[in-house]
Amino acid sequence: MDVMDPLPVTGIATANPLGLALPATWDALREGRSGLRPNDFMDAAVKTWIGRIVGLEEQPIIGELADWDCRNNRLALLGLRQDEFEASVEEARRAYGPARIGVVIGTTTSGILETELAYRHRGADGALPDTLRYRHQQNLFSVSDFVRHRLRLAGPAASLSTACSSSAKVFATASRLIRSGLCDAVVAGGVDSLCLMTLYGFASLGLLSDRPCRPCDAERNGLSIGEAAGFMLLERPGRRKADFALLGYGESSDAYHMSTPQPEGKGAAAAMEQALSRAGLKPVDIEYVNLHGTGTAANDRAEDQAICAVLGDRVPCSSTKGGTGHTLGAAGITEAVLCALCLRHDFIPGTLHTAAVDPSLVSRIMVKSVYQPLRRVMSNSFGFGGNNCSLIFGKVT
Amino acid sequence: MELWVRAVGVLGPGLDGWTATRAILAGLEPYSARPTKKPIPDVLPATERRRSGEASRLAIAVAQEAVSASRIPSQELATVFASSDGDGDITHKICGSLAGTDRDVSPTLFHNSVYNAPAGYWSIATGSRSGSTSVCAYDLSFAAGLLEAAVQVTVERQPVMLIASDLPFPAPLHAARPVDQSFAVALLLAPHEIGTPLMRWDITLEAYRTPTAWPSGPGNSLRNNPAARCLPLLAALAGGGSPIVSLDYLDHSSLVVACEV
Repeated sequence: MDVMDPLPVTGIATANPLGLALPATWDALREGRSGLRPNDFMDAAVKTWIGRIVGLEEQPIIGELADWDCRNNRLALLGLRQDEFEASVEEARRAYGPARIGVVIGTTTSGILETELAYRHRGADGALPDTLRYRHQQNLFSVSDFVRHRLRLAGPAASLSTACSSSAKVFATASRLIRSGLCDAVVAGGVDSLCLMTLYGFASLGLLSDRPCRPCDAERNGLSIGEAAGFMLLERPGRRKADFALLGYGESSDAYHMSTPQPEGKGAAAAMEQALSRAGLKPVDIEYVNLHGTGTAANDRAEDQAICAVLGDRVPCSSTKGGTGHTLGAAGITEAVLCALCLRHDFIPGTLHTAAVDPSLVSRIMVKSVYQPLRRVMSNSFGFGGNNCSLIFGKVT
Repeated sequence: MELWVRAVGVLGPGLDGWTATRAILAGLEPYSARPTKKPIPDVLPATERRRSGEASRLAIAVAQEAVSASRIPSQELATVFASSDGDGDITHKICGSLAGTDRDVSPTLFHNSVYNAPAGYWSIATGSRSGSTSVCAYDLSFAAGLLEAAVQVTVERQPVMLIASDLPFPAPLHAARPVDQSFAVALLLAPHEIGTPLMRWDITLEAYRTPTAWPSGPGNSLRNNPAARCLPLLAALAGGGSPIVSLDYLDHSSLVVACEV
């Protein structure tokens, strides 16, 4: 496999349960604050904790893009408005032209909430209310289409949906679009919002914790669902200085089970090894791993095995999902953003809510946060269907 | 972007495998619109075979056909799955349950509801740990999938199988998204002229041109199926269509495929 050149990240934006924009997110991360709360999403009677973005209900999309109004695209818009991201994209748009900038967004449920609610209002003949705008709300492409219209971009675009690895996979696709010469820059991101299907669906699988999730804890009993939007502008080197770059990515499948990871983490390990090869790095070069770390018994055990097999048991690892919740299709981008903050501040976040690490886990799980010089970090994302993606980010010096 | 088509798999109304479909598209056999066969993939372990949904079964059937014809081991193939809408029947059932009083969502339906369910079942069926991506661009999902697959072939220099499929929507969702018929296609694409490729494709993104007309018989049956937008390419592969195929892409641009035997 060829080693790829570092791909500069020239714009970052986040809206996640820790906070809106990078400064608020950093404050919560370093102070060890969680964005989780007891479930108060609509009328969902599920006993769990969630990472809800407050106020989306009162922020409709108006104007010429009003057709796209739905919870998921509201969250996308909120994300785009953070961290002067739209200005960064506009600058790139002027430099390269709109047709040279792609849009690749990960999502798992898009605007399905609007369809869920429409089903409550079926007519006597079973018909759905004509207020439902399937194409602009529920279809998975809706969010990518909304983002490219909002940013006035005209390059290649697609939504990626590989369950909880979706917005990690966008980095692989974006990198290839740039290396193929089709794009000079790509807006890569992830947007996933709360809906009834994920809350009741994960509950039906017995995967939701009744408390804030405790990844890697001996008494962990499931995940907490969150919602988030995040974006990065990836750009071919040269135009603008960046302090942060994508160094490598690895993609694999488990070939094991639809909703349970391969117990020895073999698929996860394959993705991590591939990311190292593509970045031209050795295991010892990775100084921190942001775990997929959902807080389910099976995920954390399998990931632990994969980490030990590929990186050994000395690299500091932690899960930030105790703060953000598992933002599903937005987890990859949200954790990429957190990795950017970690590199910027030479900071390894602890694993929130985790009191005592499961003694059967062998890797070096960081419970408490620590400041430590960092140059290269890895972020893991694994999804249903056994879809794995591992990313390596680094400081640009 | 230059690539070689190594093999094809196809299932649709009156389109039962590539050999039969090729004969129809080449004008050697008449077309008659019969309902798409419902394959039960024997490559899946019994539990997964029982749990798998229709989208996964259809995708696996066409993928299997392409892989057997290519003689490339499935473990060496990255995959790109493309669909506009996944499985609308699952969406319908889950939204129906959530609108009811007890709101019980079936665990099997829930894990089958992920867009990459066909990819998950395919990797279980074949034991392949290769990477897999699932893409959506509404009506343009086939073109977006072809672009993703071509970019992967070009940049990663590895064979990639593109599997595109769309299923009919049930009522009442059908009114909001009128997709009809079941259709799936698998195209096995390689970076080199190894073995005996069917055709060389040169793929470019260009300013808008009139899209290539669909072959009439299957084209009529499948006009409301986004994945069937590959039909002009299948006609070219069958030797019965235009050698320059233009597919609609975003913003009035076109994905143009120059085909060369």
